[in-house]
Amino acid sequence: MPSGPALAAATDNPWFSWDYLERNGADVLRYTQQHASLTVQAVLVALVVALPLAALAHARPRLAGPVLATTGVLYTIPSLALFAVLAPATGIGRTTVLIGLVVYALLVLVRNVLVGLQGVDPAVRDAARGMGYGRLRMLLGVELPQAVPAIVTGLRLATVSTVALVTVGVVVGYGGLGQLMFRGFRSGYHAEVMTATVLCLVLALVADLALALLGRLLTPWRRTSRTRRRTPRTPRQASAAPHEEAAWTS
Amino acid sequence: MDVLTEAFRWLNDPLNWTGRQGVLALTRTHLEISAVAVAIALVVALPVGLWLGHRGRGATVGVVVANTTRALPTLALLTLLAATGWFGNTATALACAVFAVPPILANAVTGVGGVEPDVRDAARGLGMSGARVLWTVEVPLAMPLIAAGIRTGAVQVLATVPLAALVGGTSLGTVVVSGFGTQRYGKALAGGILVAGLCLLVEALLAAAERAVTPPGLRRRERAAAADSRTGRRRPRRAPVAATARPGSNGSAPPP
Repeated sequence: MPSGPALAAATDNPWFSWDYLERNGADVLRYTQQHASLTVQAVLVALVVALPLAALAHARPRLAGPVLATTGVLYTIPSLALFAVLAPATGIGRTTVLIGLVVYALLVLVRNVLVGLQGVDPAVRDAARGMGYGRLRMLLGVELPQAVPAIVTGLRLATVSTVALVTVGVVVGYGGLGQLMFRGFRSGYHAEVMTATVLCLVLALVADLALALLGRLLTPWRRTSRTRRRTPRTPRQASAAPHEEAAWTS
Repeated sequence: MDVLTEAFRWLNDPLNWTGRQGVLALTRTHLEISAVAVAIALVVALPVGLWLGHRGRGATVGVVVANTTRALPTLALLTLLAATGWFGNTATALACAVFAVPPILANAVTGVGGVEPDVRDAARGLGMSGARVLWTVEVPLAMPLIAAGIRTGAVQVLATVPLAALVGGTSLGTVVVSGFGTQRYGKALAGGILVAGLCLLVEALLAAAERAVTPPGLRRRERAAAADSRTGRRRPRRAPVAATARPGSNGSAPPP
């Protein structure tokens, strides 16, 4: 293996190189695909787990504390440590990374879904109950649709941080673009590191925009009412939309 | 396999704890780097956040900053720094500080900016200057959020520092990375347990500290609010509107 600094000093080593992309296009594409598919799978699995968990915590308020606390503790464990703990049990490779990613996306999603469910206007809930909605039908037909904005915000947060987190998978040899980054670092190849970094950011941005769009499509009723609703508020209140996670609270 | 036994044997070996690359020394380095990173982040983020919140125009800035930095992989920044020739603990501390800034900044902005406008008005009406309003009214009221931001940032730094081991930094992460590198998974597991334990310990300590710096009045109110409704996010601002509307409306206003 060539030692990094010596090689870097000897040859021209640009940060951006079209040449690199042309010659390694297939490789870059493969890792990007790996990265994207890991992200999508992790977020989907996390969502499937998070929805019932949050619904349970919502239906049984006494469980809300323990559920959030457990996911919070899991979230505190650093990714590197989690991979190290998981690796002996699940082996080196995809499964370990996937489990780790799901665990981290879980907290964000559970918290956001729960906030969305609890933030449903009591008047709306009363109206539904008055129309004879039962527990389950209320949850599925009224509360979940009302919580969609919060859920989408959670999905966006979870996706963006998952894209960033996939790179840590290098320790178990399955890190998507992180693999490329690490290889570039090992061989002192600047273009490789930079390409992987930029692709990571692009991936996060694209996913974020796609999810934002999905959120808009899923909530057609908000588009028309938003302008009307905002006018009576003061500008400051309007800028801090309730579902936008502006503050970190752990 | 017996990875677990291997991990415990590794943890039980006193030779692994002492010495230059021992657990104790590594923990110390880990904590030192983290402290430096958090200090840098505090110096940068806190004044800016308080000022933006005080001016009342930072809410969007907070959200934008928070969301964009989430997308940048920690490993990418560390590798970029390392690839430019920035090795070692200073570079690690700098890179980690970058990731501690957003939570501290965003929480300071939302905390100070979210102080009830009426309270701020009252303070102004008492003849307080801008700076005094900030220090005696806004900061104490925003303390829970500010402290939560610092705690989140600190724990995040503590969790990020181990990653630097991948690019040649020294911290408890070194144990994990070298364990993986030499395919001694017991050692990696031991390192993972150590790192996770350190993070959980510091998190618990900081949570206690957070409670300690929260003004007693707020603590009491928070508990009441928690008992009242677990949402914590429901805006109490609607109440005044309803209160003023009540006499004229057909509600059940008590007779005078």
